[in-house]
Amino acid sequence: MSKDQYILAIETSCDETAVAIVKNERELVTNVVASQIESHKRFGGVVPEIASRHHIEQMTITLEEALEESGLGLDEIDAIAVTEGPGLVGALLVGVNAAKSLAFAKQKPLVGVHHIAGHIYANRLEKEFEFPLLALVVSGGHTELVLMREHGSFEIIGETRDDAAGEAYDKVARTLKLPYPGGPHIDRLAGEGEESIDFPRSWLEKDSYDFSFSGLKSSVINTLHNAKQKGQELKDEDVAASFQASVVDVLSTKAVRAAEEYGVKQMIVAGGVAANSGLRQALEEKFAAVDTELLIPPIHLCTDNAAMIAAAGAVAFNQGHRAGWDLNANPGLDLEMYGERKK
Amino acid sequence: MNILAIDTSNYVMGVAVVKDGVVAGEYVTHLKKNHSIRLMPAIDALMEETNTSPEELDRIAVAHGPGSYTGVRIGLTTAKTMAWALDIPVVGISSLEAVARQGAFFDGYICPFFDARRGLVYTGLYGQDMDVMKKEKNVLMEEWLHELKQLDERILFVSQDLAVHEDLIRDVLGERAVIPAYPYHYSRPSLIAFSGEVKEPGPVHELVPNYLRIPEAEAKWLEQQKGQ
Ligand SMILES: [Zn+2]
Repeated sequence: MSKDQYILAIETSCDETAVAIVKNERELVTNVVASQIESHKRFGGVVPEIASRHHIEQMTITLEEALEESGLGLDEIDAIAVTEGPGLVGALLVGVNAAKSLAFAKQKPLVGVHHIAGHIYANRLEKEFEFPLLALVVSGGHTELVLMREHGSFEIIGETRDDAAGEAYDKVARTLKLPYPGGPHIDRLAGEGEESIDFPRSWLEKDSYDFSFSGLKSSVINTLHNAKQKGQELKDEDVAASFQASVVDVLSTKAVRAAEEYGVKQMIVAGGVAANSGLRQALEEKFAAVDTELLIPPIHLCTDNAAMIAAAGAVAFNQGHRAGWDLNANPGLDLEMYGERKK
Repeated sequence: MNILAIDTSNYVMGVAVVKDGVVAGEYVTHLKKNHSIRLMPAIDALMEETNTSPEELDRIAVAHGPGSYTGVRIGLTTAKTMAWALDIPVVGISSLEAVARQGAFFDGYICPFFDARRGLVYTGLYGQDMDVMKKEKNVLMEEWLHELKQLDERILFVSQDLAVHEDLIRDVLGERAVIPAYPYHYSRPSLIAFSGEVKEPGPVHELVPNYLRIPEAEAKWLEQQKGQ
C-alpha cells in the first residue's frame, strides 16, 4: 500500500463538463470545470439538448486540460470514476461513454458514482469523516438529510416532498426578474434587505425531517401579486431577505434537530446551495451550541465538479465496486440502493 | 493499418475491426435497443475475437451523423475519447455516406436517407465514387423528391427507414426510383472503416456531430429575436 493511488473522475450530469484527479482518496490533484452557464442564460435555465451538445464538444478538451495540469500520464491512473446518475440523461451519457472508452482504451477499472454521494464526499477532501455523520444536501435538484453510519452507506432520513430548495430559489428569482441562475442574486439581495415579510415556514409533521418549499414559493408569488394590485411597492431586497430567512430557518432547524437525535459527530453541508451565505451563517450560529462539528466545503467544491466524484469513486473502488462495459447513464439512480449495491 | 469503426447514429449499431485492408470482424445489429449499454461490450467482444488490443489500433473511424442526436453522441464520444486516450487519429464519416456506400456499384445516383419525423428526412445525393451531387440536408421528403425529379437519372434509394417513405418515392419518381432488396439498406461499419482509411483526420477535439439541425429551444429563441 505504499504506492500512491490516483482516481480520475468525469462528471457531466447537468451543465458542467468536469474532470478531476484525486490522490489516495482525499488529496485533490486537479479539478477542471468547463461551465456552460453563459450558453444557457438566454433560455433562463438549462436546456438539456444544448447541454449534451456542449459536453461532447468539451469532453476531450477537459480531459486533456486536467491531465496536463496534474503532470500525470494516463498510465499512472488507477481507476476511472464517473457520475452515472441522477441527472439529465443526455448529459450523463456523454460522461458515462467517455469514462467507459477511457477505461477500455487503457484497460483500467471503471466505477460508477451517485452524484449526491459525490456532493457529500466533496467534504472529505477537506476533512476526514467521523461516523456517524449527517449530510444536508441542498441543490437545484435535491434537498435531503442523509445519515451515514460508515463509508459507502447512505440512509435518507428526510427529503423534499415537492420543490428542491434550489428550485424554489430559481422560481422566486424568476418572479423577481433576476437573471439565471437566480440563487446567488437572491443571496446577494437578501444581504441588503430587511426580513420585513413574514413568509410561512413549512415544518410538516412534528417528527418529520422532510421538507416542502412549494407553499413558500406560492406565498412569495402571491404576496408580490397582491402588493402590485394594491399599488404598493415591495423592495426586492426585503422580499429576498424574507424568503431566504424562511428557507434557511427550516433547513437549519431540522438539521440541528436531526444532529441531536442521531447523535452524529459531523454535519456536512453539500450541494450548490451550500454556497449560500445566509444558510452558512444560520448553520454556523445554530451549530455553535451543539456538539456536532459543522463542515461546509469551499464554494468550488459545493457546486458540481468531478473532484467530488473522484473522492466518492475512490472509496467505492477501494470497497471493491466495479462497473462493467455495459454501465449506463441512470437519470433516476436511487442513493440508498446505490449504497447497498454489491460488488 | 488497424482501424476500429463505430456507428451508432441510428438504430443500426455497427462495429468493425479492419487490419491492413482485411475485414477481420464486423458486428451489426438493427434493434431498438440502447446503444449506450451495448456499444462497449460489442467493441470489447469484437476486439477480443479478432485478437486486437487497444494499443494495436492505428485509427478510429466513426459515423458522425446525421441521425439520432443521442446515438450520434454515444458513438462520437466513444471514438473521440478512445482516440484521445490512445493518441491516435479519429475520422468522422457522414452517416448518410456510410449507407450510400451500399450502392457503390449502382450506375446512377444514390440517395440515402433517415426518417426525421413529420415528413422530414436527413438526406443527400451521391454519384459514382461517392461524389457529393447534392449536399446533406434536413428537408421535407416530398419537396426533396420533386427536386430529384428534375435530374435526368435513375436514383437508388437506400434507407433503414424505407418503409416510411417508399410509396411516396414510387409515386413521385416512378420507374426512375430503384429500390434494392432489404439487406442493402443498412450501413456497414467495414465501409466506414474503408472510407475512414483514406480521409484526412483532423484534431480529435474538433470532431463534432453533424446534427443538420439546431436544437428546438434555439430555433424558438432565434424566432423570438426576429420578432423583437
Ligand atoms: Zn449537483
